[in-house]
Order: sequence, then structure tokens, then C-alpha cells
Amino acid sequence: MQKFSTLKSIPAYLPIVNIDTDMIIPKQFLKTIKRTGLGKNLFFEMRYDDKGKEINEFVLNKTPFNKSKILIAGKNFGCGSSREHAPWALLDFGITCVISSSFADIFHNNCFKNGILPIILNDDKIKELSEYANRKEEIFVDLNEEKVIYGNNEVRFKVDPFKKQCLLEGLDDIALSLNKSKKIESFEKDLKSQKPWIFND
Amino acid sequence: MPNTLYDKIWNDHLVDQQADGTALLFVDRHLVHEVTSPQAFEGLRNSNRKVRHPKLTLAVADHNVPTTDRSKGISDKESKIQVDTLEANCKEFGIKLFGMGDKRQGIVHIIGPEQGFTQPGTVIVCGDSHTATHGAFGSLAFGIGTSEVEHVLATQTLVQKKAKNLRINVEGKLPLGVTSKDVILQIIGKIGTAGGTGFVIEYAGDLIRSLSVEQRMTICNMTIEGGARAGLIAPDEKIFKYLEGKPMSPKGKNWENALEYWRNLKSDDGAKFDKEVNLKAEEILPMITWGTSPQDVITIDGKIPNPQNEKNEDKKNSLERALNYMGLKPNMAAKDIKIDKVFIGSCTNGRIEDLREAAKILKNKKIASHVHAMVVPGSGLVKEQAEQEGLDKIFVNSGFEWREPGCSMCLAMNADKLKPEERCASTSNRNFEGRQGRGGRTHLVSPGMAAAAAISGSLDDVRKYQN
Repeated sequence: MQKFSTLKSIPAYLPIVNIDTDMIIPKQFLKTIKRTGLGKNLFFEMRYDDKGKEINEFVLNKTPFNKSKILIAGKNFGCGSSREHAPWALLDFGITCVISSSFADIFHNNCFKNGILPIILNDDKIKELSEYANRKEEIFVDLNEEKVIYGNNEVRFKVDPFKKQCLLEGLDDIALSLNKSKKIESFEKDLKSQKPWIFND
Repeated sequence: MPNTLYDKIWNDHLVDQQADGTALLFVDRHLVHEVTSPQAFEGLRNSNRKVRHPKLTLAVADHNVPTTDRSKGISDKESKIQVDTLEANCKEFGIKLFGMGDKRQGIVHIIGPEQGFTQPGTVIVCGDSHTATHGAFGSLAFGIGTSEVEHVLATQTLVQKKAKNLRINVEGKLPLGVTSKDVILQIIGKIGTAGGTGFVIEYAGDLIRSLSVEQRMTICNMTIEGGARAGLIAPDEKIFKYLEGKPMSPKGKNWENALEYWRNLKSDDGAKFDKEVNLKAEEILPMITWGTSPQDVITIDGKIPNPQNEKNEDKKNSLERALNYMGLKPNMAAKDIKIDKVFIGSCTNGRIEDLREAAKILKNKKIASHVHAMVVPGSGLVKEQAEQEGLDKIFVNSGFEWREPGCSMCLAMNADKLKPEERCASTSNRNFEGRQGRGGRTHLVSPGMAAAAAISGSLDDVRKYQN
């Protein structure tokens, strides 16, 4: 997994609440058997018209937001389906940080598996940061320090310590879990004696 | 210390816990389908890893499969690649698969219970957010992403943090014509689409206990629409009776031992819930969704909300956006909403009892001439059962199409989809923008309400058609 430590970008602001994963990447693009190549279809229905032409008013079609690495959006971002294609599409587009006042649980989890940092801030701070999108000014995200720096201001955010470490170091959590093989084996041994029906034997 | 049912299942599956609370949880049952698994298998291959417990894994193709004649296979090239890839992966890694020609094929959350793969007290995961369905059996069941699918395949465990406990109590009896679909829509309307975020929900109360196994599945299924990843119900004799003799249920001595364990699966008296919500069943009416979020619910007697009455600017904008997308006017009566299509099916309402409920309303009636309606049974076994009971004839005689099993128009990955601005009364679970096809407009309803809408040609009150 790609590491995440700091990030500087003009943020793109999408002031819509309950942005669901169907909006982020519609179903016709879930037929892929790859993780890559989804960026061009990110927010497909808002981004392109019926003929496949870019809709100029949509934020990610405008300069400089078509190069934004940070997306600011309304609350409950990423609700709905568990499709990891949603973070894959963001990542492929170049967005590696999403800021919202709340995230849906599965999407939130999926971000961390793909080197994307989801940041939760309160609505007032979201409004302040969205001004930087309006003015096309950069903001700076520092994961290690757990803060967003904008102009002469800064705001702190919280992130789960284990997830933070995985992001900072780009750790493969399957390898980490396999390091605990002894514990898994011992759990399985107990399970076989206590609940043998689990193994369909 | 008294524990909740969730606490107990959690504690029983802890392989390891770090000081910061990050836990490694054992996974008893892993369901796999074609859309969220190819990248996971690819990851295993790239890292030279094996599937740790192929026998604890069950696979089926459901999202992409055609619901019309299958004798010539899948015509959509990409869909075919995905379904073929699942088949090849299952073969390579030794996983049991119900292929498209198998009568046990169906929607992943319908076949799990049908086969007895779903069992009380287990941890069940699947790369699909509607995995919560299995919580109806008193299991901790939730949706995961593809990276997590790979993690479970490789380790049979999952890295998790414990969620908070939310109990939703529904007491009393439901009025005539009101179903568990109306109950869960009412709950989502009450708590909101993010109301359950960070929680595992336990549904309790005498109404919940009175529900059949299949009705319970409908409630747990839509838990994710209220923001919670998992929703569960303490298992009881109805559950045990349902599972007895199923192909993958425990047998003989194992069955006796399992029963003994399952009978203790309930929240202790005095167990602490971080939050409780109470509903009275008598007050629940037939519901519809009017907007583009499952929380946008009104009763069938209700009116479309007016954004002008909303003081909060964000909410007002969001109401206006939804009304615009749905092509509806403020204050319009729900029953005046004319529909073009009806879809009965999905992991929410594609089981035999759902089909019976709709067929009861449709018997000896014709659907409105402008309506195109289809029934997609949740599995091959549901289809077979319905045909034995003659339900297929009732549907066909009324003007419905009788299809092959799959996810179909719930998410429109196959050929079954709405055209722009087409309006559908649907028994599925999501009314998001574009969910059933670009520009399509979805109204979520119960199977009986879907049948009533098909007959009337507009959203209508199922109670009108009750005998």
C-alpha cells in the first residue's frame, strides 16, 4: 500500500450530504476485475452528460480542482454499498484525502486499506476549509501531527493509532495478521474441540 | 458483568487484542460473489498465499447474472468475464461454488440461510453491505471491502474495532397489511441514514419475536441503510426449526451440541446498551420512500415534504435536490405518484414469504396496462418452491414477468434497469440516485405494496386489497 504522511493541495468542495458509493462509482464500472483505471469514472453521473461529455459546472471538471488531491464533502460520505471500487476510483483520480463531518463505517475502513486518509472535522471547520476551495488556495494535511494547516490557522483531527501507523508506513495488514499465525492456530484448535460443527466436518 | 448478544459473539471470536483495542476476530463463515472478489483472489496469487479455510467459504454469482433465459450464457462481455473469473478462482482455491446452472444459485444472502451455512453465534462476512441479513439468525454478520475479503481468505480473521451497542425495541402488534419492510423503513426514517453509524444494532421486543425467520431477515438486511454495519436478533426456536435438516446445518451429536450453545445466545438482563430506541408496532403504517435516501420515508397516506418548511439550509438543499431528481412537487399526495415499473425481488424481499405476500394481492387481478412488472425470485430454490405453490401462474396471469434468480434490478448491474425518469415501485433496499439505472426513480416499498402499485398504476395502499 502507498504511504501517506503529508499532503498539500487546493481542495475541491462538493457540498452534498449523504454522498453514497453508487454516486462515487456507479455499478456499470464494478464489472472490472482490476483495482486501477476507475478514476475517469469517478462521480460519473454528476461528471458526464448522457452523451459522455464532461459537465463543465461539476467541480472536478474545473481547473484547478481536476488536480485536487483533497476532497471536502457533506456529512455521511461513502454511505451505501461496501464496494472498494469507491476508494479505488478516488485514488485513481488522485484524491488521497477526504474531509467530511462524518463517514459511513465500511467506506471509512476501506480508505485506510488504500492509502487514503479520511478526516473528520466539525461543520464549522468544514465551512472554513471550503473557503480555501472557493479561493483556490492550498491547504496542508499532516498525518503524523494529526492536523490540517490552512493560512495561519490549524485544526487538529483524530485518527485511530493503529490505522495511522499502517498509513504512515504503508503496511500490508495481511502480513501483520499472519505474524499472529500461532494465535490463530491455537484459536482454531480450541474452536474444533468446543464447536466442531463450525468446520462442517 | 452482564453482556449484550453482540458482546458475547465478539468475545467468543477474539483471536488477539492490542492495547489500543484493535482486535483480530475469527471469521466462521465467508460468502463470496463475483463483483467484490476478483481483486482479492488476484492479491492472494500475487503474494503466493492460499485460502486458509476453503470449507468455511461459499461462493455464488448473483450480481451480474441474467434473469432471462440462461441457456446461451451471459451475453454482456464484462459480466461474463467476472462470472467466469469467479468460477476459475473457486476452482483454483478449492472453494464451493453454486454456478449459474445450479438450482441452489441465488442471491448470496438468500442462499446462506437456505443451505444452513448461516448459523447462530457465528461471525459471517461478505464483500457486500447487505450481509447484515444473516443477523436474523443471531450471528454477527457484516459487509467488508475487497481488501478485507483478501484478508479473510488468507487468514480467516479480520482486523476490527468494537462497535457500540444500540438496541431497537419494537413492541406490540402490526396493523393489517403492515410488514417487516414497513418496520425497517420506519426505523430508518426515525434514526436517519447515519443514525446507526458506529453501532451494532440488536432488534428486540415482542413484535420482533413474533416475526417469522424471513421477516426478520428483511429487517436485519436494511440495517446498513440506517448506517450500522450489523443488526442482529437473538435466535429462538423458530430459527432452530428453520435450520434443522438444512444441507449445511450441523447433524447428529453436533446438532445437539450446537442447539445447547445457541439457546444461550441472548443479551443478559441488565446488559448495557449505549443507546436505545423504542417503537410501537401499532403506530406503523404502510411506508414508501419518496426521495433518494432510504431515510426519506412517508406513509402511503402522507404527502411529499416541502423544502420551504425546512429551516436548516443543508437539509433544505438536500430536499430540493431529491425532489428535483425524483421529479416530484412539494405537498403532492403519495397515492398520486404514477409508476412505470414494479420490481419484486432482492435480498431484502426475494424470499418465498415475500412472493406469497405479493401473490395474495395479485390473485385474480390484472396489473395496470402502462406498468411493466417483474418478479425475480431470490434463488433457484425459492423459484422452485413458488412454482410448486402455483405462485408463478398468479404473477404471470396478472401481467408480471417471471424471471430467473439474481440481484437484478436492485442494483441494475445486469440488463434489468430503469431508463432515465422511469419510476419504479421496488421491494429492494436503496433508492439512491441512479441505483436502478441512470436517471431512474425508485420508491422502496413492501412486496404487498409493490403488488398494489402494479394493479393501481400508482403508489397505493395495500390495505385496500386486503380481504
